[in-house]
Amino acid sequence: MTRAVFGFLSPKGRVLPIVTVVAIIIVLWYALAIGLNYARVSELLVQDNPDYTTTDLIKGAWTMERPVLPAPDQIAVDLWKSTAALKVTSKRSLIYHAYITSSATVVGFAFGAILGVLLAAGIVHVRTLDRSLMPWIIASQTIPILAIAPMIIVVLGNIGITGLIPKAIISMYLCFFPVAIGMVKGLRSPDPLQMDLMRTYNASEFQIFWKLRVPASIPFLFASLKVAIAISLVGAIVGELPSGALAGLGARMLSGSYYGQTVQIWSALLMAAILGMAMVYVIAGIEWATLRRTGARG
Amino acid sequence: MPTEPTAKVVDLPVRGRNTDGKAAPSGVIIDIRNLSLTFQTADAPVVALTNIDLAVRAGEFVSLIGPSGCGKTTLMRIVADLEQPTEGTITVNGVSPREARLKRAYGYIFQAAALYPWRNVQRNVELPHEIMGVSKEEREAKAKRYLELVGLKGFEKKFPWQLSGGMQQRVSIARALSFDPQLLLMDEPFGALDEITRDRMNEELLQIWEKTRKTVIFVTHSIDEAVLLSTKIVVMSARPGRIVDVIDSTLPAIRTLETRETPAAQELAHRVRIGLKAGHSYD
Repeated sequence: MTRAVFGFLSPKGRVLPIVTVVAIIIVLWYALAIGLNYARVSELLVQDNPDYTTTDLIKGAWTMERPVLPAPDQIAVDLWKSTAALKVTSKRSLIYHAYITSSATVVGFAFGAILGVLLAAGIVHVRTLDRSLMPWIIASQTIPILAIAPMIIVVLGNIGITGLIPKAIISMYLCFFPVAIGMVKGLRSPDPLQMDLMRTYNASEFQIFWKLRVPASIPFLFASLKVAIAISLVGAIVGELPSGALAGLGARMLSGSYYGQTVQIWSALLMAAILGMAMVYVIAGIEWATLRRTGARG
Repeated sequence: MPTEPTAKVVDLPVRGRNTDGKAAPSGVIIDIRNLSLTFQTADAPVVALTNIDLAVRAGEFVSLIGPSGCGKTTLMRIVADLEQPTEGTITVNGVSPREARLKRAYGYIFQAAALYPWRNVQRNVELPHEIMGVSKEEREAKAKRYLELVGLKGFEKKFPWQLSGGMQQRVSIARALSFDPQLLLMDEPFGALDEITRDRMNEELLQIWEKTRKTVIFVTHSIDEAVLLSTKIVVMSARPGRIVDVIDSTLPAIRTLETRETPAAQELAHRVRIGLKAGHSYD
Protein backbone atom coordinates (compact mmCIF):
# COMPACT_ATOMS: atom_id res chain seq x y z
CA MET A 1 0.00 0.00 0.00
CA THR A 2 2.77 2.41 0.92
CA ARG A 3 4.47 1.51 -2.30
CA ALA A 4 1.26 2.03 -4.23
CA VAL A 5 0.87 5.51 -2.81
CA PHE A 6 4.45 6.70 -2.77
CA GLY A 7 5.72 4.71 -5.71
CA PHE A 8 6.35 7.93 -7.60
CA LEU A 9 9.14 8.70 -5.16
CA SER A 10 10.63 5.34 -6.07
CA PRO A 11 13.46 5.40 -3.49
CA LYS A 12 15.41 2.55 -5.04
CA GLY A 13 18.29 3.79 -7.12
CA ARG A 14 17.72 7.43 -6.28
CA VAL A 15 18.96 7.69 -2.73
CA LEU A 16 22.62 7.03 -3.43
CA PRO A 17 23.11 9.69 -6.12
CA ILE A 18 21.29 12.28 -4.01
CA VAL A 19 23.29 11.47 -0.86
CA THR A 20 26.53 11.65 -2.84
CA VAL A 21 25.70 15.08 -4.25
CA VAL A 22 24.64 16.37 -0.83
CA ALA A 23 27.87 15.08 0.75
CA ILE A 24 29.98 16.82 -1.90
CA ILE A 25 28.06 20.07 -1.43
CA ILE A 26 28.53 19.93 2.36
CA VAL A 27 32.28 19.33 2.07
CA LEU A 28 32.66 22.21 -0.39
CA TRP A 29 30.47 24.37 1.85
CA TYR A 30 32.72 23.87 4.89
CA ALA A 31 35.73 24.70 2.75
CA LEU A 32 34.04 27.80 1.41
CA ALA A 33 33.05 28.85 4.94
CA ILE A 34 36.72 28.83 5.94
CA GLY A 35 37.64 30.81 2.85
CA LEU A 36 35.01 33.48 3.41
CA ASN A 37 35.20 33.79 7.18
CA TYR A 38 38.90 33.45 8.01
CA ALA A 39 39.80 37.12 7.52
CA ARG A 40 37.33 38.29 10.17
CA VAL A 41 38.17 35.36 12.45
CA SER A 42 41.88 36.04 12.32
CA GLU A 43 41.26 39.69 13.27
CA LEU A 44 39.31 38.55 16.33
CA LEU A 45 41.80 35.85 17.28
CA VAL A 46 44.78 38.15 17.05
CA GLN A 47 43.34 40.42 19.76
CA ASP A 48 43.35 37.65 22.44
CA ASN A 49 46.14 35.42 21.32
CA PRO A 50 48.61 36.36 18.58
CA ASP A 51 49.89 32.78 18.44
CA TYR A 52 46.66 31.16 17.36
CA THR A 53 46.91 27.88 15.45
CA THR A 54 45.31 26.84 12.14
CA THR A 55 42.96 24.62 14.12
CA ASP A 56 41.78 27.66 16.08
CA LEU A 57 41.26 29.53 12.84
CA ILE A 58 39.18 26.74 11.28
CA LYS A 59 37.18 26.23 14.46
CA GLY A 60 36.53 29.96 14.64
CA ALA A 61 35.48 30.14 10.99
CA TRP A 62 32.87 27.44 11.58
CA THR A 63 31.44 28.86 14.81
CA MET A 64 31.21 32.60 14.20
CA GLU A 65 28.22 34.48 15.57
CA ARG A 66 27.61 36.46 12.40
CA PRO A 67 29.61 34.69 9.70
CA VAL A 68 29.75 35.75 6.07
CA LEU A 69 28.87 32.17 5.26
CA PRO A 70 27.60 30.05 8.15
CA ALA A 71 28.71 26.44 8.38
CA PRO A 72 26.08 23.79 7.51
CA ASP A 73 25.88 22.58 11.13
CA GLN A 74 25.15 26.13 12.35
CA ILE A 75 22.26 26.36 9.90
CA ALA A 76 21.05 22.89 10.86
CA VAL A 77 21.09 23.79 14.54
CA ASP A 78 19.25 27.07 13.90
CA LEU A 79 16.74 25.28 11.72
CA TRP A 80 16.19 22.74 14.48
CA LYS A 81 15.84 25.42 17.16
CA SER A 82 13.37 27.44 15.13
CA THR A 83 11.19 24.50 14.14
CA ALA A 84 11.18 21.47 16.40
CA ALA A 85 12.22 23.26 19.58
CA LEU A 86 9.54 25.94 19.37
CA LYS A 87 5.78 25.91 19.50
CA VAL A 88 4.25 26.15 16.02
CA THR A 89 2.31 29.23 17.09
CA SER A 90 5.42 31.07 18.21
CA LYS A 91 6.30 34.17 16.20
CA ARG A 92 9.86 32.86 15.98
CA SER A 93 8.90 29.44 14.67
CA LEU A 94 9.93 28.89 11.07
CA ILE A 95 6.99 26.55 10.66
CA TYR A 96 4.69 29.46 11.47
CA HIS A 97 6.48 31.65 8.91
CA ALA A 98 6.46 28.86 6.34
CA TYR A 99 2.72 28.50 6.88
CA ILE A 100 2.16 32.23 6.27
CA THR A 101 4.17 32.12 3.05
CA SER A 102 2.74 28.88 1.79
CA SER A 103 -0.86 30.00 2.30
CA ALA A 104 -0.21 32.98 0.00
CA THR A 105 1.66 30.65 -2.37
CA VAL A 106 -1.19 28.15 -2.59
CA VAL A 107 -3.89 30.80 -3.03
CA GLY A 108 -1.86 32.57 -5.72
CA PHE A 109 -1.05 29.27 -7.37
CA ALA A 110 -4.69 28.18 -7.44
CA PHE A 111 -5.88 31.40 -9.03
CA GLY A 112 -2.88 31.55 -11.34
CA ALA A 113 -3.49 27.99 -12.55
CA ILE A 114 -7.18 28.70 -13.15
CA LEU A 115 -6.34 31.93 -14.98
CA GLY A 116 -3.71 30.15 -17.06
CA VAL A 117 -6.09 27.35 -18.06
CA LEU A 118 -8.88 29.81 -18.93
CA LEU A 119 -6.54 31.93 -21.02
CA ALA A 120 -5.27 28.83 -22.83
CA ALA A 121 -8.80 27.59 -23.52
CA GLY A 122 -9.70 31.01 -24.92
CA ILE A 123 -6.56 31.23 -27.03
CA VAL A 124 -7.07 27.76 -28.49
CA HIS A 125 -10.68 28.41 -29.46
CA VAL A 126 -10.77 32.05 -30.45
CA ARG A 127 -8.40 33.18 -33.14
CA THR A 128 -8.65 36.84 -32.17
CA LEU A 129 -7.62 36.03 -28.61
CA ASP A 130 -4.61 34.13 -29.91
CA ARG A 131 -3.51 37.23 -31.83
CA SER A 132 -4.42 39.83 -29.21
CA LEU A 133 -3.65 38.17 -25.88
CA MET A 134 -0.43 36.32 -26.55
CA PRO A 135 1.80 39.42 -26.95
CA TRP A 136 0.46 40.84 -23.68
CA ILE A 137 0.98 37.58 -21.85
CA ILE A 138 4.58 37.45 -22.99
CA ALA A 139 5.13 41.15 -22.29
CA SER A 140 3.80 40.72 -18.75
CA GLN A 141 6.64 38.34 -17.99
CA THR A 142 9.39 40.58 -19.32
CA ILE A 143 8.80 43.05 -16.48
CA PRO A 144 11.04 42.14 -13.53
CA ILE A 145 8.87 40.99 -10.67
CA LEU A 146 11.07 42.92 -8.23
CA ALA A 147 10.01 46.11 -10.00
CA ILE A 148 6.33 45.43 -10.10
CA ALA A 149 5.88 43.75 -6.70
CA PRO A 150 6.32 46.93 -4.59
CA MET A 151 3.81 48.75 -6.81
CA ILE A 152 1.21 46.06 -6.35
CA ILE A 153 1.79 46.12 -2.59
CA VAL A 154 1.58 49.93 -2.43
CA VAL A 155 -1.46 50.27 -4.66
CA LEU A 156 -3.39 47.55 -2.85
CA GLY A 157 -2.22 48.84 0.54
CA ASN A 158 -3.67 52.25 -0.38
CA ILE A 159 -7.10 50.79 -0.86
CA GLY A 160 -6.82 48.86 2.34
CA ILE A 161 -5.89 45.43 1.04
CA THR A 162 -2.95 43.98 2.91
CA GLY A 163 -1.74 40.63 4.16
CA LEU A 164 -2.24 37.52 2.11
CA ILE A 165 -4.02 38.92 -0.94
CA PRO A 166 -1.29 41.21 -2.35
CA LYS A 167 1.24 38.41 -2.00
CA ALA A 168 -1.12 35.93 -3.65
CA ILE A 169 -1.63 38.36 -6.53
CA ILE A 170 2.12 38.55 -7.12
CA SER A 171 2.27 34.75 -7.04
CA MET A 172 -0.61 34.56 -9.47
CA TYR A 173 1.04 37.10 -11.76
CA LEU A 174 4.10 34.87 -12.00
CA CYS A 175 2.51 31.47 -12.19
CA PHE A 176 -0.32 31.91 -14.68
CA PHE A 177 2.30 32.23 -17.41
CA PRO A 178 3.79 28.71 -17.54
CA VAL A 179 0.29 27.26 -17.13
CA ALA A 180 -1.09 29.30 -20.03
CA ILE A 181 1.84 28.47 -22.31
CA GLY A 182 1.83 24.78 -21.37
CA MET A 183 -1.92 24.43 -21.73
CA VAL A 184 -2.02 26.14 -25.14
CA LYS A 185 0.49 23.56 -26.26
CA GLY A 186 -1.38 20.76 -24.49
CA LEU A 187 -4.84 21.66 -25.78
CA ARG A 188 -3.40 21.74 -29.29
CA SER A 189 -1.56 18.45 -28.88
CA PRO A 190 -4.21 16.02 -30.27
CA ASP A 191 -3.01 14.74 -33.64
CA PRO A 192 -5.05 15.35 -36.83
CA LEU A 193 -6.43 11.80 -36.86
CA GLN A 194 -7.78 12.14 -33.32
CA MET A 195 -9.41 15.42 -34.34
CA ASP A 196 -10.82 13.97 -37.59
CA LEU A 197 -12.31 11.12 -35.58
CA MET A 198 -14.31 13.60 -33.50
CA ARG A 199 -15.43 15.31 -36.69
CA THR A 200 -16.73 12.03 -38.12
CA TYR A 201 -18.89 11.67 -35.00
CA ASN A 202 -20.20 15.19 -35.49
CA ALA A 203 -18.94 16.07 -32.01
CA SER A 204 -19.50 19.59 -30.71
CA GLU A 205 -16.60 21.90 -29.80
CA PHE A 206 -17.61 21.38 -26.19
CA GLN A 207 -17.31 17.59 -26.53
CA ILE A 208 -14.02 17.87 -28.40
CA PHE A 209 -12.72 20.05 -25.60
CA TRP A 210 -13.67 17.75 -22.74
CA LYS A 211 -13.19 14.37 -24.36
CA LEU A 212 -10.10 15.06 -26.44
CA ARG A 213 -8.29 18.34 -25.79
CA VAL A 214 -8.39 18.26 -22.01
CA PRO A 215 -7.28 14.65 -21.52
CA ALA A 216 -4.55 15.11 -24.12
CA SER A 217 -3.28 18.18 -22.26
CA ILE A 218 -2.92 16.57 -18.83
CA PRO A 219 0.82 15.74 -19.11
CA PHE A 220 1.46 19.33 -20.25
CA LEU A 221 -0.67 20.66 -17.41
CA PHE A 222 1.34 18.89 -14.73
CA ALA A 223 4.67 19.90 -16.21
CA SER A 224 3.45 23.52 -16.11
CA LEU A 225 2.01 23.21 -12.62
CA LYS A 226 5.35 22.05 -11.23
CA VAL A 227 7.06 25.13 -12.62
CA ALA A 228 4.14 27.30 -11.53
CA ILE A 229 4.09 26.25 -7.88
CA ALA A 230 7.84 26.78 -7.55
CA ILE A 231 7.69 30.32 -8.93
CA SER A 232 4.50 30.96 -6.99
CA LEU A 233 6.56 30.44 -3.83
CA VAL A 234 9.19 32.84 -5.14
CA GLY A 235 6.40 35.35 -5.82
CA ALA A 236 5.05 35.09 -2.28
CA ILE A 237 8.51 35.57 -0.76
CA VAL A 238 9.24 38.55 -3.01
CA GLY A 239 5.84 39.93 -2.02
CA GLU A 240 6.90 39.88 1.62
CA LEU A 241 10.05 41.91 1.07
CA PRO A 242 8.68 45.38 0.24
CA SER A 243 5.61 45.15 2.41
CA GLY A 244 7.50 45.30 5.68
CA ALA A 245 5.65 42.16 6.59
CA LEU A 246 6.29 40.81 10.05
CA ALA A 247 5.55 37.20 9.20
CA GLY A 248 6.57 34.90 6.40
CA LEU A 249 9.85 33.47 5.14
CA GLY A 250 10.52 36.66 3.17
CA ALA A 251 10.10 38.72 6.32
CA ARG A 252 12.53 36.41 8.15
CA MET A 253 15.13 36.86 5.43
CA LEU A 254 14.65 40.62 5.48
CA SER A 255 14.93 40.93 9.27
CA GLY A 256 17.93 38.62 9.18
CA SER A 257 19.69 40.92 6.75
CA TYR A 258 18.77 44.03 8.83
CA TYR A 259 20.48 42.62 11.87
CA GLY A 260 23.24 40.73 10.09
CA GLN A 261 21.80 37.44 11.27
CA THR A 262 23.19 35.41 8.39
CA VAL A 263 22.38 32.11 10.07
CA GLN A 264 18.74 33.17 10.27
CA ILE A 265 18.73 34.14 6.59
CA TRP A 266 20.18 30.80 5.62
CA SER A 267 17.78 28.77 7.69
CA ALA A 268 14.85 30.71 6.19
CA LEU A 269 16.33 30.08 2.75
CA LEU A 270 16.67 26.40 3.47
CA MET A 271 13.11 26.29 4.79
CA ALA A 272 11.91 27.93 1.56
CA ALA A 273 13.80 25.35 -0.48
CA ILE A 274 12.31 22.50 1.54
CA LEU A 275 8.86 24.04 1.18
CA GLY A 276 9.28 24.44 -2.58
CA MET A 277 10.44 20.87 -2.98
CA ALA A 278 7.56 19.58 -0.88
CA MET A 279 5.08 21.50 -3.02
CA VAL A 280 6.57 20.23 -6.28
CA TYR A 281 6.47 16.69 -4.89
CA VAL A 282 2.81 17.06 -3.97
CA ILE A 283 2.07 18.04 -7.59
CA ALA A 284 4.22 15.16 -8.80
CA GLY A 285 2.25 12.81 -6.56
CA ILE A 286 -1.08 14.01 -7.94
CA GLU A 287 0.33 13.72 -11.46
CA TRP A 288 1.54 10.21 -10.82
CA ALA A 289 -1.84 9.12 -9.46
CA THR A 290 -3.73 10.78 -12.33
CA LEU A 291 -1.58 9.37 -15.09
CA ARG A 292 -1.64 5.93 -13.55
CA ARG A 293 -5.40 6.01 -13.48
CA THR A 294 -5.51 6.99 -17.15
CA GLY A 295 -3.25 4.16 -18.19
CA ALA A 296 0.12 5.82 -18.56
CA ARG A 297 2.96 3.41 -19.14
CA GLY A 298 4.81 1.95 -16.18
CA MET B 1 -51.62 -21.11 -46.05
CA PRO B 2 -50.09 -19.67 -42.93
CA THR B 3 -47.84 -16.79 -43.59
CA GLU B 4 -44.12 -17.25 -43.12
CA PRO B 5 -43.03 -16.07 -39.71
CA THR B 6 -40.97 -12.92 -40.08
CA ALA B 7 -37.27 -13.63 -40.20
CA LYS B 8 -35.73 -13.91 -36.81
CA VAL B 9 -33.08 -11.33 -36.16
CA VAL B 10 -30.46 -13.52 -34.60
CA ASP B 11 -27.20 -11.78 -34.04
CA LEU B 12 -27.39 -8.97 -36.53
CA PRO B 13 -26.89 -5.51 -35.16
CA VAL B 14 -30.03 -3.53 -34.57
CA ARG B 15 -30.46 -0.57 -36.86
CA GLY B 16 -28.88 2.34 -35.06
CA ARG B 17 -30.64 5.59 -34.50
CA ASN B 18 -28.34 7.41 -36.85
CA THR B 19 -28.89 5.49 -40.01
CA ASP B 20 -32.05 6.23 -41.89
CA GLY B 21 -33.27 3.24 -43.82
CA LYS B 22 -34.21 5.40 -46.81
CA ALA B 23 -31.73 3.91 -49.24
CA ALA B 24 -33.21 0.80 -50.83
CA PRO B 25 -31.16 -2.40 -50.31
CA SER B 26 -29.79 -2.24 -53.82
CA GLY B 27 -29.87 1.54 -54.01
CA VAL B 28 -26.96 3.78 -54.68
CA ILE B 29 -25.33 4.84 -51.42
CA ILE B 30 -22.60 7.01 -52.87
CA ASP B 31 -23.00 8.87 -56.11
CA ILE B 32 -20.00 10.83 -57.39
CA ARG B 33 -20.19 12.77 -60.61
CA ASN B 34 -17.46 14.66 -62.44
CA LEU B 35 -15.74 15.43 -59.18
CA SER B 36 -12.43 17.30 -58.99
CA LEU B 37 -10.33 18.69 -56.19
CA THR B 38 -7.46 21.11 -56.60
CA PHE B 39 -5.43 22.08 -53.54
CA GLN B 40 -4.17 25.64 -53.51
CA THR B 41 -0.61 25.45 -52.24
CA ALA B 42 1.94 28.22 -51.80
CA ASP B 43 3.75 27.71 -55.10
CA ALA B 44 1.34 26.05 -57.53
CA PRO B 45 -2.15 24.51 -57.42
CA VAL B 46 -2.04 20.72 -57.04
CA VAL B 47 -4.70 18.71 -58.85
CA ALA B 48 -5.49 15.93 -56.38
CA LEU B 49 -8.50 14.49 -58.18
CA THR B 50 -9.97 15.07 -61.59
CA ASN B 51 -13.15 13.89 -63.32
CA ILE B 52 -14.10 11.22 -60.82
CA ASP B 53 -17.33 9.34 -61.59
CA LEU B 54 -18.27 6.54 -59.25
CA ALA B 55 -21.41 4.90 -57.91
CA VAL B 56 -21.37 2.63 -54.87
CA ARG B 57 -24.39 0.47 -54.13
CA ALA B 58 -25.57 -0.72 -50.76
CA GLY B 59 -23.75 -3.83 -49.60
CA GLU B 60 -20.86 -3.40 -52.00
CA PHE B 61 -17.25 -3.72 -50.90
CA VAL B 62 -15.35 -1.24 -53.03
CA SER B 63 -11.57 -1.04 -52.98
CA LEU B 64 -9.71 2.03 -54.15
CA ILE B 65 -6.24 0.96 -55.26
CA GLY B 66 -3.44 2.99 -56.74
CA PRO B 67 0.03 4.39 -56.17
CA SER B 68 0.79 6.89 -53.41
CA GLY B 69 -0.48 10.33 -54.25
CA CYS B 70 -3.26 9.17 -56.55
CA GLY B 71 -5.87 10.77 -54.33
CA LYS B 72 -7.58 7.64 -53.01
CA THR B 73 -7.46 8.84 -49.42
CA THR B 74 -8.53 12.30 -50.53
CA LEU B 75 -11.50 10.81 -52.37
CA MET B 76 -12.55 8.97 -49.22
CA ARG B 77 -12.08 12.09 -47.13
CA ILE B 78 -14.46 13.89 -49.50
CA VAL B 79 -17.05 11.15 -48.95
CA ALA B 80 -16.53 11.69 -45.20
CA ASP B 81 -16.85 15.49 -45.51
CA LEU B 82 -13.29 15.93 -44.23
CA GLU B 83 -12.30 17.59 -47.54
CA GLN B 84 -14.38 19.68 -49.93
CA PRO B 85 -14.38 19.08 -53.70
CA THR B 86 -13.73 22.09 -55.92
CA GLU B 87 -15.92 20.79 -58.75
CA GLY B 88 -18.62 18.22 -59.39
CA THR B 89 -21.30 16.69 -57.20
CA ILE B 90 -21.37 13.97 -54.61
CA THR B 91 -24.20 12.51 -52.56
CA VAL B 92 -23.99 10.07 -49.67
CA ASN B 93 -27.26 8.32 -48.82
CA GLY B 94 -28.91 10.78 -51.19
CA VAL B 95 -27.76 13.84 -49.27
CA SER B 96 -24.60 15.93 -49.21
CA PRO B 97 -21.55 14.48 -47.41
CA ARG B 98 -21.97 17.16 -44.77
CA GLU B 99 -25.54 16.17 -43.98
CA ALA B 100 -24.50 12.54 -43.99
CA ARG B 101 -21.74 13.32 -41.52
CA LEU B 102 -24.11 15.27 -39.30
CA LYS B 103 -26.38 12.21 -39.31
CA ARG B 104 -23.36 10.02 -38.46
CA ALA B 105 -23.97 7.89 -41.51
CA TYR B 106 -20.51 6.36 -41.69
CA GLY B 107 -17.76 4.90 -39.55
CA TYR B 108 -14.26 5.95 -40.49
CA ILE B 109 -11.28 3.67 -39.86
CA PHE B 110 -7.98 5.46 -40.23
CA GLN B 111 -4.58 4.25 -41.30
CA ALA B 112 -3.48 4.43 -37.67
CA ALA B 113 -5.84 3.15 -35.02
CA ALA B 114 -6.26 6.70 -33.60
CA LEU B 115 -7.20 5.35 -30.18
CA TYR B 116 -7.20 7.74 -27.28
CA PRO B 117 -4.30 6.57 -25.09
CA TRP B 118 -5.91 7.71 -21.83
CA ARG B 119 -8.95 5.47 -22.37
CA ASN B 120 -8.90 1.73 -21.99
CA VAL B 121 -10.11 -0.48 -24.83
CA GLN B 122 -13.69 -0.60 -23.58
CA ARG B 123 -13.91 3.17 -23.16
CA ASN B 124 -12.35 3.77 -26.57
CA VAL B 125 -15.11 1.74 -28.19
CA GLU B 126 -17.70 3.60 -26.11
CA LEU B 127 -16.45 6.97 -27.36
CA PRO B 128 -18.83 7.41 -30.32
CA HIS B 129 -21.74 6.45 -28.09
CA GLU B 130 -20.67 8.97 -25.47
CA ILE B 131 -20.63 11.68 -28.13
CA MET B 132 -24.07 10.59 -29.33
CA GLY B 133 -25.49 10.58 -25.83
CA VAL B 134 -26.26 6.88 -25.54
CA SER B 135 -26.97 5.62 -22.02
CA LYS B 136 -24.18 4.04 -20.03
CA GLU B 137 -25.67 0.55 -19.95
CA GLU B 138 -26.36 0.51 -23.67
CA ARG B 139 -22.92 1.71 -24.68
CA GLU B 140 -21.20 -0.71 -22.35
CA ALA B 141 -23.20 -3.59 -23.78
CA LYS B 142 -22.49 -2.53 -27.36
CA ALA B 143 -18.78 -2.07 -26.73
CA LYS B 144 -18.62 -5.54 -25.19
CA ARG B 145 -20.46 -7.10 -28.09
CA TYR B 146 -18.35 -5.51 -30.81
CA LEU B 147 -15.10 -6.22 -29.00
CA GLU B 148 -16.18 -9.83 -28.98
CA LEU B 149 -16.94 -9.63 -32.69
CA VAL B 150 -13.39 -8.52 -33.47
CA GLY B 151 -11.95 -11.18 -31.15
CA LEU B 152 -10.89 -8.96 -28.27
CA LYS B 153 -13.01 -10.37 -25.49
CA GLY B 154 -11.04 -10.15 -22.26
CA PHE B 155 -9.02 -7.11 -23.35
CA GLU B 156 -11.62 -4.52 -22.27
CA LYS B 157 -9.55 -3.12 -19.41
CA LYS B 158 -6.27 -2.96 -21.31
CA PHE B 159 -4.87 0.36 -22.46
CA PRO B 160 -3.92 0.90 -26.11
CA TRP B 161 -0.16 0.77 -25.50
CA GLN B 162 -0.57 -2.71 -24.06
CA LEU B 163 -1.91 -4.03 -27.38
CA SER B 164 -0.11 -4.96 -30.60
CA GLY B 165 -0.68 -2.88 -33.74
CA GLY B 166 -3.11 -5.45 -35.13
CA MET B 167 -5.13 -5.52 -31.93
CA GLN B 168 -5.24 -1.72 -31.81
CA GLN B 169 -6.60 -1.65 -35.35
CA ARG B 170 -9.23 -4.22 -34.36
CA VAL B 171 -10.30 -1.94 -31.52
CA SER B 172 -10.71 0.87 -34.01
CA ILE B 173 -12.81 -1.41 -36.23
CA ALA B 174 -15.00 -2.33 -33.25
CA ARG B 175 -15.30 1.39 -32.47
CA ALA B 176 -16.45 2.13 -36.04
CA LEU B 177 -18.90 -0.79 -36.10
CA SER B 178 -20.28 -0.18 -32.64
CA PHE B 179 -22.74 2.56 -33.57
CA ASP B 180 -23.87 0.53 -36.56
CA PRO B 181 -23.33 2.91 -39.46
CA GLN B 182 -24.43 1.53 -42.83
CA LEU B 183 -21.25 2.74 -44.46
CA LEU B 184 -17.68 1.92 -43.46
CA LEU B 185 -14.82 4.00 -44.79
CA MET B 186 -11.53 2.19 -44.30
CA ASP B 187 -8.36 4.07 -45.15
CA GLU B 188 -5.51 1.55 -45.50
CA PRO B 189 -6.45 0.10 -42.13
CA PHE B 190 -3.87 -2.69 -42.34
CA GLY B 191 -1.15 -0.75 -44.11
CA ALA B 192 1.09 -0.59 -41.06
CA LEU B 193 0.78 -4.28 -40.17
CA ASP B 194 3.09 -7.13 -41.09
CA GLU B 195 1.89 -9.52 -43.76
CA ILE B 196 0.97 -12.36 -41.40
CA THR B 197 -1.16 -10.11 -39.23
CA ARG B 198 -2.61 -8.49 -42.33
CA ASP B 199 -3.76 -11.89 -43.63
CA ARG B 200 -5.50 -12.63 -40.36
CA MET B 201 -7.13 -9.22 -40.34
CA ASN B 202 -8.32 -9.72 -43.92
CA GLU B 203 -9.87 -13.01 -42.93
CA GLU B 204 -11.60 -11.44 -39.97
CA LEU B 205 -12.80 -8.51 -42.03
CA LEU B 206 -14.33 -10.94 -44.55
CA GLN B 207 -16.20 -12.66 -41.74
CA ILE B 208 -17.36 -9.40 -40.24
CA TRP B 209 -18.50 -8.17 -43.61
CA GLU B 210 -20.40 -11.40 -44.26
CA LYS B 211 -22.15 -11.01 -40.90
CA THR B 212 -23.00 -7.34 -41.20
CA ARG B 213 -23.14 -6.68 -44.98
CA LYS B 214 -22.13 -3.08 -44.56
CA THR B 215 -21.25 -0.98 -47.54
CA VAL B 216 -17.47 -0.63 -47.42
CA ILE B 217 -15.04 1.65 -49.16
CA PHE B 218 -11.55 0.37 -48.64
CA VAL B 219 -8.36 2.17 -49.59
CA THR B 220 -5.35 -0.07 -50.12
CA HIS B 221 -1.92 -0.38 -51.71
CA SER B 222 -2.13 -4.14 -51.90
CA ILE B 223 -3.43 -5.86 -55.02
CA ASP B 224 -3.94 -9.14 -53.12
CA GLU B 225 -5.98 -7.42 -50.47
CA ALA B 226 -8.15 -5.60 -53.01
CA VAL B 227 -8.81 -8.79 -54.97
CA LEU B 228 -9.62 -10.87 -51.91
CA LEU B 229 -12.00 -8.44 -50.23
CA SER B 230 -13.77 -6.46 -52.92
CA THR B 231 -16.89 -6.85 -54.95
CA LYS B 232 -15.66 -3.92 -57.01
CA ILE B 233 -12.09 -2.69 -57.52
CA VAL B 234 -11.46 0.90 -58.54
CA VAL B 235 -7.98 1.35 -60.02
CA MET B 236 -6.63 4.87 -59.70
CA SER B 237 -3.63 6.72 -61.04
CA ALA B 238 -1.61 9.69 -59.89
CA ARG B 239 -0.84 13.18 -61.21
CA PRO B 240 -3.62 14.01 -61.63
CA GLY B 241 -5.59 11.59 -59.44
CA ARG B 242 -8.13 9.82 -61.63
CA ILE B 243 -9.92 6.50 -62.11
CA VAL B 244 -8.37 4.32 -64.81
CA ASP B 245 -10.45 1.15 -64.41
CA VAL B 246 -13.43 -0.18 -62.49
CA ILE B 247 -13.44 -3.96 -62.15
CA ASP B 248 -16.41 -5.99 -60.91
CA SER B 249 -15.22 -9.01 -58.98
CA THR B 250 -15.92 -12.45 -60.40
CA LEU B 251 -15.05 -14.20 -57.15
CA PRO B 252 -17.70 -16.16 -55.21
CA ALA B 253 -19.51 -14.37 -52.38
CA ILE B 254 -18.03 -16.58 -49.67
CA ARG B 255 -14.26 -16.28 -49.62
CA THR B 256 -11.29 -17.44 -47.59
CA LEU B 257 -7.60 -16.60 -47.81
CA GLU B 258 -7.23 -19.52 -50.23
CA THR B 259 -9.57 -17.77 -52.67
CA ARG B 260 -6.56 -15.67 -53.62
CA GLU B 261 -4.92 -18.72 -55.21
CA THR B 262 -7.82 -19.48 -57.58
CA PRO B 263 -7.49 -18.73 -61.31
CA ALA B 264 -10.33 -16.20 -61.11
CA ALA B 265 -8.46 -14.24 -58.45
CA GLN B 266 -5.21 -14.43 -60.41
CA GLU B 267 -7.00 -13.08 -63.43
CA LEU B 268 -8.48 -10.19 -61.43
CA ALA B 269 -5.06 -9.36 -59.99
CA HIS B 270 -3.65 -9.37 -63.50
CA ARG B 271 -6.27 -6.92 -64.66
CA VAL B 272 -5.58 -4.64 -61.70
CA ARG B 273 -1.88 -4.74 -62.55
CA ILE B 274 -2.59 -3.78 -66.15
CA GLY B 275 -4.69 -0.87 -64.94
CA LEU B 276 -1.98 0.33 -62.56
CA LYS B 277 0.63 0.06 -65.33
CA ALA B 278 -1.55 1.96 -67.79
CA GLY B 279 -1.91 4.71 -65.21
CA HIS B 280 1.84 4.88 -64.76
CA SER B 281 2.65 5.13 -68.47
CA TYR B 282 1.49 8.74 -68.25
CA ASP B 283 4.68 9.94 -66.58
